[in-house]
Amino acid sequence: MMKGTEMIVKALKEEGVDIIFGYPGGQAIDIFDALYDEKEIEVVLPRHEQALVHAADGYARSTGKVGVCLVTSGPGATNLVTGIATANYDSVPLVCITGQVPLALMGNDAFQEVDIVGITNSICKYAVTVRTREELPRILKEAFYIARTGRPGPVVVDIPKNIQIEEGSSEYPADVNIRGYKPNESVHVGQIKKVVALLKKAKKPLFLIGGGVNISGANQKMKELAEMTGIPVITTIMGKGAIPTSHRLYLGNIGIHGSYAANHAVSECDVLLSIGTRFNDRITGKISEFAKNAKIIHIDIDSASISKNIVVDIPIVADAGMAIEKLLEYMVPLKIDKWAEQAMVWKQEHPISMNRYSGLTAEKIIRYINENFENPIITTDVGQNQLWTTQYIELESNHQFLTSGGLGTMGYGFPAAMGAQMGNPDKTVIAISGDGGMQMNIQELATAVAYELPLILIVLNNGYLGNVRQWQEIFYHKRYSSTCLRYRKSCEKNCKDKTKCCPTYTPDFIKLAESYDAHGIRITKEEEIAEAFAFAKEHKNAPTIIECIIEREADVFPMVPTGKTLSDMILDEQ
Amino acid sequence: MEAKKRYISLYVENRIGVLAKISGLLAGKSYNLDTLTVGETEDATVSRMTIGMTIDDITFEQVKKQLNRCVVVIKVIDISEVPIHKKELLFIKVSSCSEKDKAEIFRIAKAFSLEIIDYDRRNVVVQCVKTERGNNDMIALFNDMFVNRIEVVRGGSVAIEAVSTSTR
Repeated sequence: MMKGTEMIVKALKEEGVDIIFGYPGGQAIDIFDALYDEKEIEVVLPRHEQALVHAADGYARSTGKVGVCLVTSGPGATNLVTGIATANYDSVPLVCITGQVPLALMGNDAFQEVDIVGITNSICKYAVTVRTREELPRILKEAFYIARTGRPGPVVVDIPKNIQIEEGSSEYPADVNIRGYKPNESVHVGQIKKVVALLKKAKKPLFLIGGGVNISGANQKMKELAEMTGIPVITTIMGKGAIPTSHRLYLGNIGIHGSYAANHAVSECDVLLSIGTRFNDRITGKISEFAKNAKIIHIDIDSASISKNIVVDIPIVADAGMAIEKLLEYMVPLKIDKWAEQAMVWKQEHPISMNRYSGLTAEKIIRYINENFENPIITTDVGQNQLWTTQYIELESNHQFLTSGGLGTMGYGFPAAMGAQMGNPDKTVIAISGDGGMQMNIQELATAVAYELPLILIVLNNGYLGNVRQWQEIFYHKRYSSTCLRYRKSCEKNCKDKTKCCPTYTPDFIKLAESYDAHGIRITKEEEIAEAFAFAKEHKNAPTIIECIIEREADVFPMVPTGKTLSDMILDEQ
Repeated sequence: MEAKKRYISLYVENRIGVLAKISGLLAGKSYNLDTLTVGETEDATVSRMTIGMTIDDITFEQVKKQLNRCVVVIKVIDISEVPIHKKELLFIKVSSCSEKDKAEIFRIAKAFSLEIIDYDRRNVVVQCVKTERGNNDMIALFNDMFVNRIEVVRGGSVAIEAVSTSTR
């Protein structure tokens, strides 16, 4: 016999959990007590539950393991919501344990009671309240299984306080059998043969690779398949790294900020073999024109992703890695030299660059990272910082690039980097954020200092919520509504005079870092980039903020306006 | 694309919150339900839902896939195109009835095989077990004859696969 809390600890150990991200409170205090003497499980205390779940997410994405969150009921649980939705969109395996008021009080509007299962049902893979002590071990076992198998995702396990303290069986189940959940574990060979037949006839075939290949860890096999067939590869931002970005067959990202070569290739191809992508509106542009001339093959582990946005000619429900292995078995080299050459010409003639801007740019900073760090882990926030990073960062493989792709969650980058660093203590972890997103979880400087994380925190400071400002500039006649972060009440309503002296930016990120006992350095010129990174390397006992003062109104190009065809891109400030 | 009437039979875990999960999923994806009924099956741990929707082919395929990927859903059966027996329970209460009205209601009941299950001096309660469409016709008839005097309660369709008949 053991208490419910002891069973929770036992389950964590059985599942191989060595770190959890937790924030205590009244309905979780017993679980924290049970963890107090545990040597095998480190409990990390972030300063806000939203950052906590992003940290667990960063840990999970960078290690491939399940990230575990432990919070109390009510506000502890609701603060997880954004992070759960973030993980759900990007198929990140999490188990989120929430304390709950005792069963007898549930429904009474008790102190710190919320229906977190009801709240999270539509944004997680599975949510469940434990209602008896007897079912606790089975539910915990199922939670980890559901989180990491099939299309991975977050699972919420809500545990009322009375069940935590109740004595019950000490047996943790060895097997799982959920009648409503049987992830696909095979590949339909008949469908694979159809794909091979179609590709053999193709003159302009193209691979479109999404995050599924990275999650499945099929990077090496994907590279082999591309090389064997000679088919050019484009990726979504979640698929970036599926083959090394330096590979000659890699054409870049597709989508509204994709590369010229990738967007033109998808418009021109005659067979599009897509693996592990959802055909989100950010990659398709105008849907009726997307890959208009192509037969479309779609391989995805989630049957609901197939033919959801794009009507597919050959659907295959399978794990990306298993499908790629089968394709390697049946595929033959293709004679498509002319097409491959054409794609290379697009790539060479229209490289992405920020050459139109002088001085310090995101491109120069990211290229410095490419040249000076070997396989670092890069996280981004959301906005221009993310788009520039997806455009310029070079990646070798998976588990290396963490970004909120589906939900687009500002405030993700920094806490995700903390989780990634904890899961990968020997790697360099660099978070690239904007000045807006950095302030959404800035309190985590305290956590990063407490756990002595040598993070490099790049803050691209343009004093604006830059991505929205860019849209306002191009589509809303420069009406910068609520996007200026230098704004003070005493400012004139319509300031368009760039020469005018704007109020001082707040916060002073350097002083702020210092106040947390972290390090900070501000740079304004390209020549200072190396010095700033050297400074960070010298100070490994705590994170370093590198605040980069960039051109205030720099834009992300190319871009495809909403509702336009992918090939209809704005290449520069026309 | 043309919207057609479709039916899904859904086996789900018989637990607190499952109905909310299914209806929430359908609402969250903006799929409009016509009817949803639910009840325990021969196995007390399993409930069976019958869901009726007017919907186009592509969206309907998505609905089935979305339901299938729910952990609490055990089985999704599309019964739109297979022989089934399908019925809906309907109560109609007619108020402020004269003697003549009552006689008329009893005549209607006889003609359309309805059941009078309750009445008093001024009110009559009619029970009607027909298909959804058959019940629509009955409501139209009562509405026409007893304007602003009827109260309608419908149960939603329940359906079971046929064994020997090929009717729908």
